[in-house]
Amino acid sequence: MTPFLPALILGSALVPGIITFFLPEERVRLRNALNLGGALVKLGLVVFLVAEVNRGRIYETSFDLVPGLPMVLRLDALGLLFVTLSTVLWLLTTVYAIGYFGRRRNLSRFFGFFSLCVFSTTGIAFSGTLVTLFFFYELLTLATWPLVVHWGDAASIRAGRRYLVYTMSGSAVLLFAIVWLESTVGPVEFTVPAEMAAMQDWTARGILVLLVAGLGVKAALVGLHRWLPAAMVAPAPVSALLHAVAVVKAGAFGIVRIVYDVYGIELVHELSMTLPLALAASATILFGSLMALGQRQLKPLLAYSTVSQVSYILLGAALFSPYATIGGLVHLVHQGLMKITLFFCAGVFDERAGIHDIDELDGIGARMPWTSVAFTIGALGMIGLPPIAGFVSKWYLGLGGVGAGHEWVVAVLAASSLLNCAYFLPVLTRIWFRAPGPHAAAAKREVPAALVVPPAITAAAALAAGLFAAFAYSPLGWATLIVGREYTP
Amino acid sequence: MIAMAPVFCIIVPLAAAFASVVRPLPRPLVGLAILVVLGLTGMTVAEVWQQGAHRIPVGGWQAPLGIALVVDGLSGALLATTALVMTAVLLAALPEFADRDRETRKGWAFWPLAFLVWAALNAAFLSGDLFNIYVSLEFLTLATLALVSLEETAEALEAAMRYALFALFGSLAYLLGVVLLYAAHGTLDIALLSQADLQGTNSIVAAALITTGLAAKTALFPFHAWLPPAHAGAPAPASAMLSGLVPKAPFFVLIRFWFDVAPDLPGEAALQFIGTLGAAAIVYGSVLAMRQTQLKRLVAYSTVAQLGYLFLIFPLAGGDGLSQVWSAGAWTGATFHAVSHALAKAAMFLAAGLVVHAAGHDRVSAMNGLTQSMPMTAFAFGLASVTIMGLPPSGGFVAKYLLLTAAFSSGQFIWAAVIVAGGVLAAGYVFRPLSRTFFHGHVQTVAVPRRQQAVPLTLAALALLLGIVSSAPYAFLQTGRPIAAEEGLE
Repeated sequence: MTPFLPALILGSALVPGIITFFLPEERVRLRNALNLGGALVKLGLVVFLVAEVNRGRIYETSFDLVPGLPMVLRLDALGLLFVTLSTVLWLLTTVYAIGYFGRRRNLSRFFGFFSLCVFSTTGIAFSGTLVTLFFFYELLTLATWPLVVHWGDAASIRAGRRYLVYTMSGSAVLLFAIVWLESTVGPVEFTVPAEMAAMQDWTARGILVLLVAGLGVKAALVGLHRWLPAAMVAPAPVSALLHAVAVVKAGAFGIVRIVYDVYGIELVHELSMTLPLALAASATILFGSLMALGQRQLKPLLAYSTVSQVSYILLGAALFSPYATIGGLVHLVHQGLMKITLFFCAGVFDERAGIHDIDELDGIGARMPWTSVAFTIGALGMIGLPPIAGFVSKWYLGLGGVGAGHEWVVAVLAASSLLNCAYFLPVLTRIWFRAPGPHAAAAKREVPAALVVPPAITAAAALAAGLFAAFAYSPLGWATLIVGREYTP
Repeated sequence: MIAMAPVFCIIVPLAAAFASVVRPLPRPLVGLAILVVLGLTGMTVAEVWQQGAHRIPVGGWQAPLGIALVVDGLSGALLATTALVMTAVLLAALPEFADRDRETRKGWAFWPLAFLVWAALNAAFLSGDLFNIYVSLEFLTLATLALVSLEETAEALEAAMRYALFALFGSLAYLLGVVLLYAAHGTLDIALLSQADLQGTNSIVAAALITTGLAAKTALFPFHAWLPPAHAGAPAPASAMLSGLVPKAPFFVLIRFWFDVAPDLPGEAALQFIGTLGAAAIVYGSVLAMRQTQLKRLVAYSTVAQLGYLFLIFPLAGGDGLSQVWSAGAWTGATFHAVSHALAKAAMFLAAGLVVHAAGHDRVSAMNGLTQSMPMTAFAFGLASVTIMGLPPSGGFVAKYLLLTAAFSSGQFIWAAVIVAGGVLAAGYVFRPLSRTFFHGHVQTVAVPRRQQAVPLTLAALALLLGIVSSAPYAFLQTGRPIAAEEGLE
């Protein structure tokens, strides 16, 4: 069983997906059973794996695509962090999506691509070589597009086009950089340090910039981010998944792999590329927050907030200090929990009360308390209020900034937190302290449970991740384990 | 019997072609003919897999007196590809040119022509000397010319005329080159010619003529003008053969000539020049594909672009590069591309044919709402697009990766840039029809049975599979490669 474990986990997402494509639209129960079943099986396997990897075991499956071009699936601590996040959130999002779509049409297509999307994300997490990573990364691009254009109206198609223009250009740059790198140093496996010495410094820098730029499209680095707010037209479960696990995280995760397992943070530091990377991340953090400030609608506000928050991960990866790395990695999980909560809630507000604009939220707190509490926890967590998870991330990032000798990072974090307050607090004020507006008055009850329970769970998880951060199996505990194993500053 | 399987790969479809001229074959017989050729092709491939490349002297006569067939990995792979695509094409054609339509010109003529194309393709892939190749290519041209003019419209006839002009010019140039070689060396057998020392002006002129002729037949930029109207104007099953398979035959001969007959002849400048034409085809074909309003035209212009990749084999693996480590990768990359493009493009044309049939018109808007009305066809078009864009997982990706690696290893960054840009451009044209499949409300009025929709889906899935289980095809393609051994990527 052991060598098949990676394949088994991948299959738990792929097989239901493929079957779902061929299911007639009316087989609702079978479709739901398949998708929930796949998600549960995957969750079970992942729980088993967490214990195993914690004991120091590592699983690997590999085969040659062509001679000299191995595809490697490898389960290590970093990959597992990402997989665990995506598995838990896949299950919750599936439940949410079933509640959200109800009896609408084209659901076999939707859930098929949805599973494919999770399959690709899992593949990215398991990738043991650069080419394997690219393989799944592109599959993700392709599997996500049908989800973005799912509604099939002109706005969706336009958003889909923008998504493609950005991601396709990004992957072209990425492919160019990967092959350039591999033609110089041979196929890159993440466990085996590549012979970077074979390259001239400027070539190494150039390739690094191209790699980061290629991956930065999905991670929504400033300047490359414009597809992300546009993709907001997608159905709420898609936005939730896109922003919390699938696409933006794939980009961020890829950059973490490049910095730590391809180049190695020491080399990136020696090439004096850590500072430019940290600056790019900081610029994105501030830019995203500033843009969020100007939004009148809820979903674009959340989208720009994502632009900002994902770069915390990159900032952590770029700073040459173990604390920063822990902060960045843990934020991969924390941001996922908090942001998916916010998007779930935005979807509920939209579905049950028809709310899109921020000023339509007036007084909704009294009418939809569960959703509003969950939203509030998510928003306060984004601001960085203890004891919610976001605080832990920022604390470690700040420590790391000081540790790396870049005290200005603390200023960036402080400024970003202030901006977060500036755009989230007015929203919260409207929810709780304004007299109910027309939308709140017309709001329907908070049903079905499938729509309301997932955000409650993720909000509770975001709270728990902060409260119990000291436990070994908390995201922070796991991130510390990864850094302890893989980081040798 | 097994040793003679390649011979029957030519004879059986030829016999089927003649038989269908005399009397339209009933369905079971068409099925039987397909099965027999599939089996023969399978035997040929198995033989190459076990024994490596080998020669079959037909009738026991050795060259230069007799005719020899040559089978190696490349010809075996193209034979197999042809068999798969032709099977799909004929299965797709069965409902379109059904028994009751045999009375019409279209319904009657399609079958002999299709079998003739199959026979001619197999003959071209197996021929061991340059004159037999000429004969095969002529047969191929004649059969495809008739297929292009199958639709009895003024447009189709004009396209056929234009195709005839290019094709005859190509044949003439090729034949002239062959004659020059024969005059100088007294043989046209590929193995014997490769031992003869091809040097001097005479050989260079001959090589230039042969290359020009074959390039015109492969529709290499700037000889591409005939391809889009011809391929778009034919009935969809014919288009699938024309676009997927037919250009691969002259290209295959080009590879035979440049890599087997005269590996030392071409200078660096000539190789770079052909590469430049290939690159121009990629860019120009893609840009024009993006601007088409007709679905089949779009797919046809995509062929112009995709054929461009094949010609990158010359600067990346030809000439002095042949002895380099990256040559094996580049050579296999280009040939891999030939195979995966054949599968994907045939799938795309067959899918497009179903869409056009269902919608009743050929505009790109025929794709509107396809994921709802014909999900299998939409999926087939999408999967084929993945290969065309060269994205993973697909045979197109493996091919592109191999070519890219060779471009970087040999320090020819410009080709790498073209290959990568070509992928983005391809996304630009395939996503135009694909976007429409998600539109609300569908316009397809004629119902297409799922059985028919399964054919392009299977082909597209095969192209995809080629990118996952690519190790064995890679090794197979290398069988009998003279110089660059199976070194893999360095």
